[in-house]
Amino acid sequence: MSAEGVDLKKRRFLTVTTAVVGAVGAGFAAVPFIASWNPSERAKALGAPEEADISKLEPGGLLRVKWRGKVCWVVRRTEQNLADLKSLDGELADPNSDVETQQPAYCKNESRAIKPEFGVLVGICTHLGCSPTYRPDVAPADLGADWKGGFFCPCHGSRFDLAGRVYKGVPAPTNLVVPPHQYLSDDVILIGIDGGAA
Amino acid sequence: MSFMNWIDERFPATKVWNEHLAQYYAPKNFNFWYFFGSLAMLVLVLQIVTGVWLAMLYKPSAADAFASVEYIMRDVDYGWLLRYLHSTGASAFFLVVYLHMFRGLIYGSYRQPRELLWIIGVIIYVAMMATAFMGYLLPWGQMSYWGAQVIVNLFAAFPFGIGEPLSVWIRGDYVISDATLNRFFALHFLLPFVLAALVFIHIVALHKVGSNNPDGIEIKKNKDENGIPKDGIPFHPYYSVKDVVGVGVFLIFFTAIVFFWPDFGGLFLEPPNFEPANPLKTPDHIAPVWYFTPFYAMLRAVPPMFNSQFPGVVVMFAAIIVMFFLPWLDRSPVKSIRYKGMLFKVAIAVFVVSFVVLAYLGMQSSTPTKTLLAQIFTALYFAFFLLMPIYSKMDKTKPVPERVTK
Repeated sequence: MSAEGVDLKKRRFLTVTTAVVGAVGAGFAAVPFIASWNPSERAKALGAPEEADISKLEPGGLLRVKWRGKVCWVVRRTEQNLADLKSLDGELADPNSDVETQQPAYCKNESRAIKPEFGVLVGICTHLGCSPTYRPDVAPADLGADWKGGFFCPCHGSRFDLAGRVYKGVPAPTNLVVPPHQYLSDDVILIGIDGGAA
Repeated sequence: MSFMNWIDERFPATKVWNEHLAQYYAPKNFNFWYFFGSLAMLVLVLQIVTGVWLAMLYKPSAADAFASVEYIMRDVDYGWLLRYLHSTGASAFFLVVYLHMFRGLIYGSYRQPRELLWIIGVIIYVAMMATAFMGYLLPWGQMSYWGAQVIVNLFAAFPFGIGEPLSVWIRGDYVISDATLNRFFALHFLLPFVLAALVFIHIVALHKVGSNNPDGIEIKKNKDENGIPKDGIPFHPYYSVKDVVGVGVFLIFFTAIVFFWPDFGGLFLEPPNFEPANPLKTPDHIAPVWYFTPFYAMLRAVPPMFNSQFPGVVVMFAAIIVMFFLPWLDRSPVKSIRYKGMLFKVAIAVFVVSFVVLAYLGMQSSTPTKTLLAQIFTALYFAFFLLMPIYSKMDKTKPVPERVTK
C-alpha cells in the first residue's frame, strides 16, 4: 500500500477522537463498579433512630446504645461531675464547643447536653475511631492526680472529660460528637433525630 | 526431530529456560543476603496455596466468619495446619521481604540502572501491605475489627470534605460491617495474584539489568571473548542449588514456629483476636501486627494540627513514599557498603535502630516518654532518607576493584 495521498492530519484526528470516545466509555463503564461500593439501601436503612431507656441509669452510670452500628453513650453525671466541668476549661482544646460539627446547636453549652445531668455522646474517638473507655474514677494512678473522671481512648491515649470535651495535647483533634437527640419522656431519649431545643 | 524441537517451534521453552536460568549469568559472589528474594517467592506461593484452601472452608460474613475460623481450627482435618501456615506465612513474608529490602539498601541495588527494579519492588511491598491488612480483618476478632476501624479511618482524615465520604465508600457502611468484611475477602483473594504478576515484572526487570552483588560492580562491564561476564556463573545449576539450601534452612525455622509457637508470643496472632469482634467495645490495648508497627508509631508520634489528625497520616504515608525516591537520593560514587565510608555506615545503623525502636514503640501503649521517643526516631528515620544527598556526597569512599572479590 502506498502512503501517497494519505491525509495524516485526518488520520490523527480520527485516532484521537476514537481514543477520547473510548476513554469516556470506559469512564461510564466504571460507574457501576465504583458505585456498588457505596453503602447499600439496607445499610442506609439501618441508620434509623434508636430509643434509649434511661429510667434505670444511676448517677455516675453509663448506658451503651447502638445507633447506626456505632456505640452511643448516655452518661448520667453527678452534681460533683457537673461542678468539675468548669474547672477543666483551661486544659481543654475546645472548652466552649466552638467546632460546630461536633454537636447540635442546642447542645452548645457547658455540659454539652439538653439536660445537664444526662450526656449523650457518640462513643467513637474523633482521632481514629476507637471506642474510649469510661473512666469515672477520680485521680487514678494511670491517668494522673488531676483526672476528674472522663473517657480515655486506649488506642492512642486521647482524653476527654465527662462532657466529651477533648484535652489539649492528645491525638484526637476535636470533642466527641453529640448526636442529634430528643427526650420522648423523662425516661426515654430518642437518638438520631432533633427535637429542637428543649 | 525430538520432542523438545517440536515444542520449541511452537513455544520458546528452551529459549526461555536458557535466557533466564541455564544461561542467565549472575555474579559469582552472592552471599547469604541473596537468599531472601527466592524465599519471598516461596512464601508467596505458600500463601496462595494455603489461602485458596482456607477460602474453601472460610465464610466471609460478619455472622459466620469467627465461627468458621474456629471450625477450620477444630473440625477440619489438618485445618489448623493450613491456618497456621497461612498466619505464620504472613509474618514470614514480611520478615524475608524486609531482609531482601535491607540487602538492596546496603549493596546499593537501587542505584542506576536498577531504579525501576527498586520501584517495582516498593510497589510489591505496598501491595503486600494492602493484602495483609485486608487479610487481618477476615478472622473477625476484636483486633481484626478495631485494627480495620483505625486504618480505614486514616482515609477519613483527608481534608476538603473528601475524607469522610471516602472512608464510608471503602467500608460500604458507616462502621466496619458485614459489607466491609465481604469486600475485603474478595480483595484479599484477588491481590495475591496481582502480587504474583508484579513479581513476574520485577524479575523481567531484574533479568534486563542483571543482578547487583555485594561489591556493587557491574559484571557486564567485564566479559570474555564469548560475551559471558567473567565474574558470572549460570543461575542454574549454581544458584538454583544454593537457593534450595536456603529453602531448607528457612523451612526448619518456619515449620518449628508453625508447629510449636504459632502465635509467637502474641506477635503473629494477637491475644484480643481470640475474642469475636464487638463493635461496642475497643480492647484495652490495640496495636497492629508487628510488621506495621513502625509506621503506626509514626502515626501516633505526630500531634493533631489545625483540628485535624491529617498530618500524622501524611507522615505515615510519607515514610513509605520516600522509599520510591531512594535511587535519586544516594549521590555516593560507589554502590556497596563495602566501599562506602563511615558516614553511610553510621546512617544505616541509625536507620535500622530507628526502624526497630519504632516497631517496638508501635506495639506499646503510648505514654508521654514513649511518644517523645517515637518523635525522635521518626525524625531519624526521615533524616536517613532526606539527608542522604548530603552525607552520601560528603562520605569518604574507598576505591572499587575491577573484578568482584570473595
